[in-house]
Amino acid sequence: MTTKHFAGIEVELNDEGFFVDPAQWSEAMAPELAEAWGIPTPLTDKHWQVLRFMRSEYFEKGTGPTVRKLGKTSGVTVKELYQLFPKGPAKLAAGCAGIPKPRGCV
Amino acid sequence: MTGRPKRLVVLGAGTGGTLAANRIRKHYPVSDLVIDVVDQNNEHVYQPGLLFVPFGLADPEEIVRPRDRQLHSGINYHLSAIRSVDVDANTVLLDDESVLTYDVLLVATGSVLQPEETDGLLGEGWLDTVFTFYDMEGATALAKKLATFDSGRMVINIVDMPIKCPVAPLEFAFLADWYFTERGVRDDITITYITPLDGAFTKPTASATLASLLDEKNIELVTEFNTGEVDGSGRKLVGYDESEIPFDLAVVVPLHGGAAYVEDSPGLGDELGFIPTDNATLQSAVRPNIFVLGDAADVPASKAGSVTHFEGEVLVANIESFLDGQSLEATFDGHANCFIETGFSKALLIDFNYETEPLPGHYPGPIGLPLLKESRLNHLGKLMFQSFYWHGLLPGRDIPGIGTDMPTAGKHPTSV
Repeated sequence: MTTKHFAGIEVELNDEGFFVDPAQWSEAMAPELAEAWGIPTPLTDKHWQVLRFMRSEYFEKGTGPTVRKLGKTSGVTVKELYQLFPKGPAKLAAGCAGIPKPRGCV
Repeated sequence: MTGRPKRLVVLGAGTGGTLAANRIRKHYPVSDLVIDVVDQNNEHVYQPGLLFVPFGLADPEEIVRPRDRQLHSGINYHLSAIRSVDVDANTVLLDDESVLTYDVLLVATGSVLQPEETDGLLGEGWLDTVFTFYDMEGATALAKKLATFDSGRMVINIVDMPIKCPVAPLEFAFLADWYFTERGVRDDITITYITPLDGAFTKPTASATLASLLDEKNIELVTEFNTGEVDGSGRKLVGYDESEIPFDLAVVVPLHGGAAYVEDSPGLGDELGFIPTDNATLQSAVRPNIFVLGDAADVPASKAGSVTHFEGEVLVANIESFLDGQSLEATFDGHANCFIETGFSKALLIDFNYETEPLPGHYPGPIGLPLLKESRLNHLGKLMFQSFYWHGLLPGRDIPGIGTDMPTAGKHPTSV
């Protein structure tokens, strides 16, 4: 576990860089988090649509959605998701939205 | 129980539906409980056998048996597709227009392949340069292709998780290495394993072992590749990030989802057609009188027959408690146990659950099959399992010494 500052506030991150406590997150941290995760900035409305969706799903279901679920339910297509969050939309959006890594499938 | 007989409707006569119906049938007389089982065809495929078909190691006829013949007497079998479930009315509408009413519903319709969800996958190269071994048609066609494939690049590609038996594509890679070696063409063929995961497998210790096996067998590993398109005529995989991987032969594991009727049944499933289910009791989150077994559930366990088998005992106990008006006490720990065929008559064995990743050691106790290590014994275990499947697992017999919970006695904690 490590601590880092985003928007001037200290937060706890786990070994993979995800928030330990999603309640520590605020919207003001998102641009700095985006840079840290290699997400193209500035964040657009579409990015925000996905980030807010990730958080509401996390608080409702206890885990962030996978890419396939995002593509079916967030209103943003899978192709667009990869343009917004290259390499791994679910992982990067979760990191930027201050929620744990979405539960992988085994 | 007294009064009118209660009704249990079981959707699906695969591994889960069959073993649960048979176990529950033994527990209640027909005057207390009517059991109806529904499936859309009468072909029960021993799915682990599909892996061997492309290499001529299993005969398609051998691994398919009639579904109804695997069910004990006193169980009604309905041969029909399912149109929808009405979770408020407690009814199931079948494609033949008949309606089944239930007191308890067991959903065991597994997962289905959805190749149509990936651009190009069913296009021009399908069953020519692009195949899957995840169904009988694909596995049989691939057997013909492999027999004459002498040189070039073969890719094995998982489009996205979840998939049935997450070790099967690795086993396919290992067996392909063996098969091409036997045919004397291995030096002219490149084998590349392409996965959306960040390693060869989902769990760290096993992932490291399996990655070094791939390396030993000269199989290239490409991780975190997110397949956007399969271009069969242009012979390339195209990632969502527009990177391309060329191939001469692609063996693709398509996307998986729940059975089609789930989408037409309001409130029953999630976005992918899987049923929200309690990890421990296997009762659905949809209605208390709906239970889920096997791949159809959204629990964080592998979609695999061994998981279904270990879930079976818990599920049956809880359905019986529910029918008897008692609280659900039995809990499932996520136990999975997989033989991983590695070619040249050897196999690995892994054993894990929700909390504990696959560890080295022995199964089921200090003296037993070696875990996370290649051995001939494990290969024999894998071959022998088919007979147990038809004669022990489906009829609902227990195996002496093999319990539902994951054993820990023979395992060594490790750090990787």
